[in-house]
Amino acid sequence: MNRRRFLFSLGAATAAAGGAYAWRRDATTLPPLPPGEILGASNTVGHRLRQMDFPEPTETLQVPIVIVGGGVAGLSAGWKLQKSGFTDFVILELESEVGGNARSGENAITAYPWGAHYLPFPTQESRAVRELLADFGVLQGDPCAAAPVYDERYINFAPQERLYAHGVWHDGLWPQVGVRQRDFDQYRRFLDLMDDFQRRRGSDGRKAFAIPIDFSARDPELLALDRLSMRDFLLQQGLDSEPLHWYVNYACRDDYGCRHHDTSAWMGIHYFASRDALARDADRDDVLTWPEGNGWLIKQLRQRLAGHLLPNAMAWRVSALDRAVRVDAYQTREKRSVRRLAQTVIWAAPLFQAPRICREMTADRAAAIGAFEYAPWLVANLSLRGFPLERRGAPLSWDNVLYDSDALGYVVATHQHRAAHQEQTVFTWYHALSDGAPDVERRRLLQTPWTTWAEKILGELSRPHPDIRQQATRLDLFRWGHAMVRPRVGFVWGEARQRLLQTQDRVLFAHSDLSGYSVFEEAHYRGILAAERALAAS
Amino acid sequence: MTHALLFSVFVIASCGLVYELIAGALASYLLGDSVTQFSTIIGTYLFAMGIGSWLSGYLVRGLVARFIQIELAVGILGGFSAPALFLIFAWGGAFRPTLYGLVLIIGILVGLEIPLVMRILKQQFAFKDLVAQVLTFDYLGALAVSLLFPILLAPHLGLNRTSLLFGLLNALVAVWTLWLFRDQLPQQRWLRGQCLAAIVALTAGFIAADRITTLAEENLYADEIVLARSSPYQRIVLTRWKDDLRLFLNNNLQFSSRDEYRYHEALVHPGLSATPGARQVLVLGGGDGLAVREILRYDTVESITLVDLDPEMTRLFAEHPLLTPLNGNALNSLKVKMINADAFRWLEENSEVFDFIVVDFPDPTNYSLGKLYSTVFYRLLEKRLAAHGVIVVQTTSPLYARQSFWCIVRTLESVGLTVMPYHAYVPAFGEWGFALATRQPWRFPDRYPPGLRFLTPEITPTLFQFPPDMGPVDVEINRLNNQILVRYYENEWRQVTQ
Repeated sequence: MNRRRFLFSLGAATAAAGGAYAWRRDATTLPPLPPGEILGASNTVGHRLRQMDFPEPTETLQVPIVIVGGGVAGLSAGWKLQKSGFTDFVILELESEVGGNARSGENAITAYPWGAHYLPFPTQESRAVRELLADFGVLQGDPCAAAPVYDERYINFAPQERLYAHGVWHDGLWPQVGVRQRDFDQYRRFLDLMDDFQRRRGSDGRKAFAIPIDFSARDPELLALDRLSMRDFLLQQGLDSEPLHWYVNYACRDDYGCRHHDTSAWMGIHYFASRDALARDADRDDVLTWPEGNGWLIKQLRQRLAGHLLPNAMAWRVSALDRAVRVDAYQTREKRSVRRLAQTVIWAAPLFQAPRICREMTADRAAAIGAFEYAPWLVANLSLRGFPLERRGAPLSWDNVLYDSDALGYVVATHQHRAAHQEQTVFTWYHALSDGAPDVERRRLLQTPWTTWAEKILGELSRPHPDIRQQATRLDLFRWGHAMVRPRVGFVWGEARQRLLQTQDRVLFAHSDLSGYSVFEEAHYRGILAAERALAAS
Repeated sequence: MTHALLFSVFVIASCGLVYELIAGALASYLLGDSVTQFSTIIGTYLFAMGIGSWLSGYLVRGLVARFIQIELAVGILGGFSAPALFLIFAWGGAFRPTLYGLVLIIGILVGLEIPLVMRILKQQFAFKDLVAQVLTFDYLGALAVSLLFPILLAPHLGLNRTSLLFGLLNALVAVWTLWLFRDQLPQQRWLRGQCLAAIVALTAGFIAADRITTLAEENLYADEIVLARSSPYQRIVLTRWKDDLRLFLNNNLQFSSRDEYRYHEALVHPGLSATPGARQVLVLGGGDGLAVREILRYDTVESITLVDLDPEMTRLFAEHPLLTPLNGNALNSLKVKMINADAFRWLEENSEVFDFIVVDFPDPTNYSLGKLYSTVFYRLLEKRLAAHGVIVVQTTSPLYARQSFWCIVRTLESVGLTVMPYHAYVPAFGEWGFALATRQPWRFPDRYPPGLRFLTPEITPTLFQFPPDMGPVDVEINRLNNQILVRYYENEWRQVTQ
């Protein structure tokens, strides 16, 4: 009897110990969220703009050229003026820092982007971008060369991209797992189709799809694609493969903040067919990038334009007089307004802000601007005390995308660091809120609290990286209410944009909005064009 | 009693499934290709259960006693299946035969269980209820464990502990049955003894599960481990067999004390002897101080800057009594300036110029290390080289990793250096490669410092000759944006190790 009891208690104790051990291991609760905050375009100042409660100017200055907006377009305009030997200009920037969509941040680990994070090799048509890169030492040698030489430190390092699908990471962004032969056939057919478009010339002899968009053919047959959605275009071509649609939709969301249901087919094809630039010793789909993304280019521009930048300055009234343009700007630091009398004003801020500020704008132009829609974006920078655990498959890459996600994945800010060993890193996570109508999504962006976003981001990233939450030391968010103009069906070659391109007055519009989609090359091009016109006028 | 026996059906069903899952999971972990492993194991297991059911027909007498013994046997075999398989794998035993043999025997025993229980219970139930009840609990047990295994057991208990825990459960079912039938069984003492032995063995195994894992890992190194350190950068392991000390970094052999002189003489002297009057020397990597030992043979050398990422590594080789004799206490020489930094970053941040540069990094096994073999890195290095200076790079094996070797050579050439590749035989590594890179034409040295055991001026020119199986091949240049070298290397060494 005793022995029997002994056996029982021994067995029971062992089972209990095992059970308790398993339970204790399991009961370790999730660690708390890391600290963090929401940053973003100054809502309070924007709100003030709606109220228009600004003090009248207390000082008047004569400045021949005033540039409103210190994003890529405005800074590029300034760069062009300076290069042409013209120095009497000022750039007014509403935010505390210039850079616009290409702004960046920095912490003890690394610099990281808050928005645009790469630049494709510029096409032959993007001559000014090539000159800019030559000026910064990124492009070495002849900027007009068919395949220029770029500083290898700035070409994105391998491995470049990977996709997490069905529990495995694989190379590149084309879905490979659970994909049938007919999907591969459709990939092939789609790429062939895009190659044909890339080689195609319009009836006017121009490239069918060019960057800047201005250089594209005006062939009616091609422009008709603007009246079709990218999704319908695929279906018309008999392309119905689900992974192919995922890929094309991903490309549209990533570049335009817009689903392929909504994106103009002309614009969707443009993404695949316009980037024909070559570079020596690099693949065609390599890009230029820096830890802080295009923020690196902004830093170079800022350095060169140091004397001309006026941050925390909000233009709230621009009105044309007989022989000058009056720009009244509220300077938040000094809490007063200053008036600048200019020969020419370069409006390099988003167009949707213009009707309220440019007082003499005609009703039809204001209506045209009303047709511009903007995609809201959320960007998160997640600092990690160590590299997180990895699932099977391809190693950590520069761009890391999750198949089952409404967000766009993350970029590793330390990827372009040359140091072979890194202990800590920052992941920059991107999310274009493109599921619903832009204003609905914008409200969602602004009303969702930090905690909800943080749970979403860490929850999503914990699928490929189970310990991400343990590694996280900080999570900051940047809300872009009007991140980029949406190239939706009918918009790109529609009437509204065309109407705004015809400007003759002293207020020159220069913003990527005018191109109908938001990329560095277009913003730069618009800035250069406006600077050239301003110089011609003065 | 009937409820108790039905509950034990639940338990034994879950135990049976656990052994099958453990065998499948272990085989997938250790052999890869989980689809094949799982399907062959499930197939074998089900087939074995069929054999068991068939054999049950031959058991006629003493059903309860047989049942108890079968439970104990399943408990012991199933319980120790995971640790046994781990150990056999680590000790290089016949893994597959053992795996399928174990699966077959456990399957047969598990196949015996249910028929026996049904026959024991047949007095209590009508046939239709009997089948309904027993099979219900059988399938419920299977469901419970199939859910518990991936969620709780495998991730939290680990395979060894899970298997031993369920072995114990089988043994406890035996004990319980013994107790339930205490009035009907003859020879109870003998059965009790068997139960006790099984439970003690399984409990001991459960407690020692961690030790078993360590035992298995230790055997992955052939020799006695005399030192093992983990730094934030790598796992440093030193082994000894008789007078042979071997250093492993992340399980990759770095040197064997028996023949490392061949490697380090070949690395240092052809370059340094051909740089007369070299005063400033830079060593990148090589925290073991063995290259520094060779450099210190030159009196003209005034300072040696050693840049190694890992402070633990340089500290060990500067202080450890087993290691300082190897490098002749070189790291404590007054000429040596030790810097623990990332070589790439250090080169970018410093502008000193050197007469002789030794690049002795680990092989390009991953993208991080691949950066240290790129055009950008070599361009940076070239800027730190004096006009008459020489760089030497360890370039992996031209025999086993021919493309990798020539890729490094071509990459060095692509930044404008004149490159002279050579090789030497190092028994612990096999045929190994190096590359000298200079701006000016380079001549074979006509003399070396005294005391060398491998190099002479006479044999030096032969090292620079490549037989056809190591000769040049067409390769791409290794750039940061293609990291082609890491891919070459991975492919080539995969073929060697298979």
